[in-house]
Amino acid sequence: MAGIQMKNIVKQYGDGFPAVNDVSIDVEEGEFLILVGPSGCGKSTLLRMIVGLEDITGGDMVIGGKKVNDLAPRERNLSMVFQNYALYPHLTVYENIAFPLRLAGKPESEIDEKVREASKTLELDEHLERKPGNLSGGQRQRVAMGRAIVRDAEAFLFDEPLSNLDAKLRGQMRTEISRLQKRLGITTVYVTHDQTEAMTLGDRVAVLKRGVLQQHATPRELYENPANLFVAGFIGSPPMNFLPANVKGNQVELPFGTVTIPEDKAAKAQGKGLLIAGIRPDHFEDADVVDKDKVTDEATFKAKVDVVEWLGNEAYAYIPFEAPTEVREQLAQLEKDLDGESLRTQLVVSLDGASRVSEGDEATIWVDARKIHLFDPATGENLTMDADNAGIIPGGNAMAKAEEIGEEQDAV
Amino acid sequence: MSTKNRIGVVIGAILILLWCLLPVAWIVSLSFKSQEAITNGSPGFLPSSGGGAGWQNYADVLADEQFRRAIFNSIGISLIATGLSVIIATLAAYAIARLEFAGKRFVLTLALVIAMFPVVSLVGPLFDMWRTFGIYDTWPGLIIPYMSFTLPLAIWTLSAFFREIPWEMEQAAQVDGATSWQAFRKVIVPLAAPGVFTAAILTFFFAWNDFVFGISLTSTENARPIPAALSFFVGSDPFNRPASLLAAGAVVSTIPIIVIVLLFQRKIVAGLTSGAVKG
Ligand SMILES: Nc1ncnc2c1ncn2[C@@H]1O[C@H](COP(=O)(O)OP(=O)(O)OP(=O)(O)O)[C@@H](O)[C@H]1O
Ligand SMILES: [Mg+2]
Repeated sequence: MAGIQMKNIVKQYGDGFPAVNDVSIDVEEGEFLILVGPSGCGKSTLLRMIVGLEDITGGDMVIGGKKVNDLAPRERNLSMVFQNYALYPHLTVYENIAFPLRLAGKPESEIDEKVREASKTLELDEHLERKPGNLSGGQRQRVAMGRAIVRDAEAFLFDEPLSNLDAKLRGQMRTEISRLQKRLGITTVYVTHDQTEAMTLGDRVAVLKRGVLQQHATPRELYENPANLFVAGFIGSPPMNFLPANVKGNQVELPFGTVTIPEDKAAKAQGKGLLIAGIRPDHFEDADVVDKDKVTDEATFKAKVDVVEWLGNEAYAYIPFEAPTEVREQLAQLEKDLDGESLRTQLVVSLDGASRVSEGDEATIWVDARKIHLFDPATGENLTMDADNAGIIPGGNAMAKAEEIGEEQDAV
Repeated sequence: MSTKNRIGVVIGAILILLWCLLPVAWIVSLSFKSQEAITNGSPGFLPSSGGGAGWQNYADVLADEQFRRAIFNSIGISLIATGLSVIIATLAAYAIARLEFAGKRFVLTLALVIAMFPVVSLVGPLFDMWRTFGIYDTWPGLIIPYMSFTLPLAIWTLSAFFREIPWEMEQAAQVDGATSWQAFRKVIVPLAAPGVFTAAILTFFFAWNDFVFGISLTSTENARPIPAALSFFVGSDPFNRPASLLAAGAVVSTIPIIVIVLLFQRKIVAGLTSGAVKG
């Protein structure tokens, strides 16, 4: 087992495409790191550079204190689960799992013992003599995991291992992977573009955009203190609401009314003109179900609810609003970066299941003003971030840099 | 499929089988008739009474030193040519399917051009060259031309198979600790087995059935393969060729090919890669 240090890693493909740009991430021994970001942001590329399937254009890859840039995959002693499993179809499940051990020239008795142990852990015992072609998706996935855990690797690497499974199985396997990693305590790097996996599995999460590291922090830090608009929009489901905002003193003018924010936050956002306010859906509530002492004029507004989706324990209310052109463009761009497609500017509000608000109502909505974030629309930076609780944020403006790189990428 | 369709298919199949197998059946029939019966005219499919020779023709053919030698030559030459051709083709096809190198298209085109080259046009030059090199009338003298004519087809077949195998298979093997060579041998080749055996059958057919090279590049039983040997099989009377013996020889010489096809066919299981990746 070993830690993995990526130092200023750069990857430029043969055609000049800058897929990974100056990424530095430190994965501690035994840590579960998630690499997350929208499609094409270079997650797989980075993972493949760790394992040695892709040449490193620049920077140092250090595993267990040893620089491995020029080592072949087999000399790095890492195990990897591929997105499509890449099982050997001509071998039985048993032989698939035994494959790395056979290559290592282990004695037959040891191979048998380790394969049986792995198959027991993954509940594959009754399938050992079958061929991968006859297994279900979840079983194949477990065989791929078996092949990875059977050997004492320095670290596990996963490339979207669950993306081919249906939702229910994905949930099961997610807990399975988490349990396994905790038990084996082995350093793990896990690529996904599913933010639920990112939030639930990882000790820490590294968010990438266009091959540029945006923020590297715990799930909680990412959720509560996103470094910029991109991270804020990417983490959390349903996503954070972005509203045009004008700050006057400690008053924030939103499309629905004015709310009061804490002094220290307001101080950081003075004199910046039009800003973008970010508020998570669950930081709103139906004023009727909130404790009476919290409901003040400064913290509530009235709005006409367009659509309500009631889910039992909670309800989502949708409230459309008009945004000024300058903000709208930034928001549309953000939508695109996040692989989204909604063109309507609307507020998504998560209400308590007890709320009686229904479609077409003029509802009184309470907002937790302490949780509001204010972003600079020009650079996307979070002005009100609590830097001490935001994990590692690369220097310079990561989001703006990603945009620059994006233009380079589009040019290739 | 409707009953009508099925009946049509069966009738069609029978017609085609008749068309293809009648000559073969006739040869088999001839091989069981005695030489006298044939000389006197024996038009029936089954030997006329007293005209049957039983297994005598086969015994005679196999007792013939020349014939045994020719069978040995054919088997040896064809197997060696097939083996070498398949090994070289596998390596070449792998390189073509997996690597980007300068002149890749050139190699492929060249292979195709060679495959289309008329065999006969090469016989003259080869005859001269082989005599100069001293490999006229030897096994290598036949193995080399057989390989050069079967390699292109084998390379094309195999590179198509290799292209179908997902890259990940190999990368997974490398991550699991295999060298490039181990990944190739333990993962890629087994997956391409149907292609390897297809190529092997094609090569073996070509080598076994060749007559032109066999007759022009050999002069003695030293290397003369069966098709050529049969044409030299005159028996005691040059004006009265032993048709029944020839027929028995022809039947014997088809047996190895049937055996080889049956052996290899089992290995040609299509869709072997299914289940490698989530499709
Ligand atoms: N061999 C290659 N040559 C050139 N560009 C490539 C190559 N492989 C990947 N890319 C580009 O590099 C970028 C990053 O690819 P990568 O596979 O790392 O994305 P990803 O983040 O894993 O996306 P996904 O979530 O869709 O798997 C993509 O925009 C892709 O077009
Ligand atoms: Mg990927």
